[in-house]
Amino acid sequence: MTIQTYFMEATYLLASILFILALKGMSHPETARRGMFMAEAGMFAAIVGTLVGTQIVTWTWIIAGLSLGSIIGAWMAVTVPMTAMPQRTALSHAFGALAAALVGVGEFVVKAAEMGTVTRGALGFEVMLGALTTTGSLIAAAKLQGVIGGKPIQFRGQNAVNLLIALAMVSSFVLFWMHPEMVTAFYSMLGLAFVFGVMLVIPIGSADMPVVMSLLNSYAGLAAAATGFVLGNNVLIIAGTLDGFSGFILSVLMCKAMNRSITNVLFGGFGSVIAEAGQASAGGVMREINLDDAAMQLAFANRVVFVPGYGLATAQAQHAVRELAELLQDRGVTVKYAIHPVAGRMPGHMNVLLAEANVPYSALYEMEQINPEFPSTDVAVVIGANDVVNPDARDNPKSLIAGMPILEVDRAKSVIVLKRGQGRGFSGLENPLFFKSCTSMLYGDAKSTLSHLAQAVQRV
Amino acid sequence: MNPAVLIASIYVFALAAFLGYQVISRVPPLLHTPLMSATNAISGISLIGSLVLAGAVHYPLFAHILGFVAVTTATVNVVGGFGITDRMLKMFGKRRPDATATAVHK
Repeated sequence: MTIQTYFMEATYLLASILFILALKGMSHPETARRGMFMAEAGMFAAIVGTLVGTQIVTWTWIIAGLSLGSIIGAWMAVTVPMTAMPQRTALSHAFGALAAALVGVGEFVVKAAEMGTVTRGALGFEVMLGALTTTGSLIAAAKLQGVIGGKPIQFRGQNAVNLLIALAMVSSFVLFWMHPEMVTAFYSMLGLAFVFGVMLVIPIGSADMPVVMSLLNSYAGLAAAATGFVLGNNVLIIAGTLDGFSGFILSVLMCKAMNRSITNVLFGGFGSVIAEAGQASAGGVMREINLDDAAMQLAFANRVVFVPGYGLATAQAQHAVRELAELLQDRGVTVKYAIHPVAGRMPGHMNVLLAEANVPYSALYEMEQINPEFPSTDVAVVIGANDVVNPDARDNPKSLIAGMPILEVDRAKSVIVLKRGQGRGFSGLENPLFFKSCTSMLYGDAKSTLSHLAQAVQRV
Repeated sequence: MNPAVLIASIYVFALAAFLGYQVISRVPPLLHTPLMSATNAISGISLIGSLVLAGAVHYPLFAHILGFVAVTTATVNVVGGFGITDRMLKMFGKRRPDATATAVHK
């Protein structure tokens, strides 16, 4: 080994350690930023190490790629609004997976003949996972951005078709594995993986996006780890595995928060089943309240809990809710925010939005912490959330979301629900909370309703 | 890949998985979005594989082009991922709400 190679390996070891320390820093908001600086330093060291330690002969493509990527990356980092974070993240899963898949194809092009069986196996995994994550994430991003509808796209025999595609993909993989000279097998595996990624995500509704995002995160990481196996590169294995496991842990947490299994999310086709079930209506009437009465209730309450949902994000109402909360706090009201794990479209979505609006993180409460406090809460304000506060999940074993842990808003003394209209939520489920006698409804765009409420509170 | 290297790689994979589980289970739900964005940026380390493909040895042009695209997308993830993660974490760093209400209503 030359001195350059030793240097390169040393930077890889350093990078691996720094990455792990960075994730350790993530355990608290106060240390998280420092941790990310370490990860950035590790990444920089590994890149420099690679450029020094490998025999680079052509710099053109490297410089072009690094500059173009940096420009796009920096532009995204600066301009992407916090409300678009789910789309951005889905897109970055696609980019990461595409990089892994392309490196795999490149390795196949230049080295297929000299690869052993193990390396070929790893290469197959890398390319399959990379390709299906690329197209799957692009579809997810398109759904989140609203380019294609958020409703599940389903047809008769969908699961059978998907199974066939998956079988064909795996057969091509096995064929390539046994006969590395069969170029067709490799490329049909690649093509089928791209198709399979699309098929995997189109039947999934928007409300299930937190699980899908986490799963795609996991696949993208595992694809990078497989790249590490192909190249015999430990830092790639470590970083990819950390990413893969992080995604896996998040998927499990999200599934738990919906009381569903991963298979059910992927193959269940949630939205359509409910439309057929034709829900017996919960009965009763929804009571509407006017702004001044609502403001009065809030202003004279002791404890108020805000419960944000995806509606807060679509209405971009995070600043408006913080302004209202501050007015109430000035009047001596205790204000807290209750965050359900699957509120929004990705894990932690609501926390980021509220943090953007300068809500201190000490005011954000997790479900387990806040649920015991609802009985002593005077007013719970539900902002564009629906299923996560649906008491049917707890009380009605026949409900399609039975067993899903909820924010027990219905135990508060009174509830004000901010809703765009009288329609049902994303899942199409009837929500008995809206018909309870302690509940009153405020219709309209969440952002303008909240700022009008703030004005009304000032007049009280 | 010779068996010794393979076994070493599997050790690395298993230990990284175990360590990842331990470390990531301690991340509070509050930071799940930045976590996803951070691990994404970190797995942009596949950039180093792309660099080799884009510039090393005398590979055919097709391999260089694949490498170039991979370098680009991986760099987008590294630069964009770290940039956005930092932007998010900066917001969480604030201890108290800004009295001057810097809210931007777009």
